Amino acid sequence: MTSLETAPANAGPDGTAPLLEVRDLHVEFKVRDSVTKAVNGVNYSVNAGETLAVLGESGSGKSVTAQAIMGILDSPPGRITKGQIFFQGQDILSLPENERRKLRGARMAMIFQDALSSLNPVLSVGFQLGEMFRAHQGLTRKEAKAKAIELMDRVRIPAARQRVNDYPHQFSGGMRQRIMIAMALALEPDLIIADEPTTALDVTVQAQVMDLLAELQREYNMGLILITHDLGVVADVADKIAVMYAGRIVETAPVHELYKRPAHPYTRGLLDSIPRLDQKGQELYAIKGLPPNLQQIPPGCAFNPRCAQARDICRTDVPALVPVTGEDGTELPGRASACHFWKETLRG
Amino acid sequence: MTELVTGTGEPAPAPAATQPGAEPSVARVSQWADIRHRFFANKLAVVGLAIIVVLVLTALLAPVLAPYDPLKQDLTATLQAPGGKHLLGTDALGRDQLSRLIYGSRIAVVVGLASILVALTIGIVLGALAGYFGRWVDTVIMRAADIFFAFPLLIGSIVIILLMGRGVLPVVLSLGIFQWATFARLLRSQILSVREMDFVHAARALGAGRSRIIRKHILPNSVTSVLVYGTSNVGIAIVAEASLSYLGVGVDPEVAEWGNMISAGRGFMGVKDFMWTYPSLAIVITALGFILLGNGLRDALDPKLR
Repeated sequence: MTSLETAPANAGPDGTAPLLEVRDLHVEFKVRDSVTKAVNGVNYSVNAGETLAVLGESGSGKSVTAQAIMGILDSPPGRITKGQIFFQGQDILSLPENERRKLRGARMAMIFQDALSSLNPVLSVGFQLGEMFRAHQGLTRKEAKAKAIELMDRVRIPAARQRVNDYPHQFSGGMRQRIMIAMALALEPDLIIADEPTTALDVTVQAQVMDLLAELQREYNMGLILITHDLGVVADVADKIAVMYAGRIVETAPVHELYKRPAHPYTRGLLDSIPRLDQKGQELYAIKGLPPNLQQIPPGCAFNPRCAQARDICRTDVPALVPVTGEDGTELPGRASACHFWKETLRG
Repeated sequence: MTELVTGTGEPAPAPAATQPGAEPSVARVSQWADIRHRFFANKLAVVGLAIIVVLVLTALLAPVLAPYDPLKQDLTATLQAPGGKHLLGTDALGRDQLSRLIYGSRIAVVVGLASILVALTIGIVLGALAGYFGRWVDTVIMRAADIFFAFPLLIGSIVIILLMGRGVLPVVLSLGIFQWATFARLLRSQILSVREMDFVHAARALGAGRSRIIRKHILPNSVTSVLVYGTSNVGIAIVAEASLSYLGVGVDPEVAEWGNMISAGRGFMGVKDFMWTYPSLAIVITALGFILLGNGLRDALDPKLR
């Protein structure tokens, strides 16, 4: 489904509306006199059972977008200046805070990067898991503990019954991340946002945690937004990818097409900078220059100072995210690029 | 770990370990055992704890331990030197010094603990409000704290006692009122750092409400240092309480209380030194006990050593 032109506000209850749609979202951080434009018009959507990978380097606005969706943006200084977020057809930005809070945990949940710091050090993991049920469903302490053990089994923590009273620091990194996943899954939400869930883990553990997450997502038919800067992590699990740069989506595509034929110079740069086994002995490619200063985003295309293909128009006109077409002129499903010269990039 | 899967059809013999409730014992050091171990490994902390235990027992068992009625005057045996029938001598009215010292521990324990409890209660509530809500709430509470900081403890307490009259309750309240500001500040600064930690954001992302976040996530992670500081400050409160009595604005001068005893011995300095040295020693040792205990707790609980 091409996500960019669906209109959830008009979509009926026939299930055609995506689970989540972010429309033209703008977020600013205002500190004293300086304004940091972290998100500058992001559009993306996720359907139930679908995995969207949001790819981008630090400061590209991928996490801020997620915080805006969850409603946990630090405000002030953060502020949503424009845009809408539709969740199950409802514009959640117009909901009062206590309604938003009821969504969190129950219908949308988030997994954070560093599980050790994301768990409360003074409470046992069983208590923290149980809190989900006690706070949202009013279960008793005993019932909640039984549920916690069940959840720990579910995310395959060995000896759950014995370890339920242990504290976060007594678990290994991978186990802690499993506990975070268990907490997020506790109430079987419809949407999970995982913000770099495997960045803090070893490569072998990364694969286990990603597999677990993907499996549970399929089982519960949840929508999953996977935020990452690691192209390797997303290849196996994502259905589609949105690449972010300087607070904008620069390219969206189904995952394998993006790897095969990127339609934006930035995406191509990212792909070229992955070390490859078949190119031994060559110097690794790196995108030159630095990520843009979000207080002074360059005019035109934000990527132009680092782009080898940049021409005059790139320095003046902001490129719109437009559908990408194949050689025969038909639109490629799910593909869009925000490059004036996407055709050259795609074919070149 | 093995998971025993028993088929639903056949009633497998259930070993004790698989029965719910009877959990297999796994040798694991609990959090508290860990802390206890660190505390008792610290010699000075144990000394502090011993002092406090002796003090509390003395206070509780005062009627049993004291050889005489601390208020009973014996004008035939005034200003007796230590030894003989009166182990620590008698004062100018012939009251047994040891008995007065023993009964004095009651006032010290009650006033010391109660005044810190008052200070902690005010300090934790206001500090938590200031730290979590910030903005104008923070400004108002912290400026109020500044005002209380500006008063020296004794001067401030004397003012309150003058307004309320003498007695144990006014002493407790006045010492509490002039000590909350430190606790509030300490807690606020802890909260400011804990508030930004990932697990607080995570709790929000999982739907925890404001009061739950404060109660379950922020306070337990920031209140430890305040409680430890409170423990150390019990000693300071006891010194302050004795000072008030010494100055004649504390508890009634008749009452067996260490400050009163020093005050009574003031006129005999250099002549009958036993009259003020023993109560002074009692105060110093008690204050030291609470400070050592507080330091021991701090070291045992300090997560940096973990």
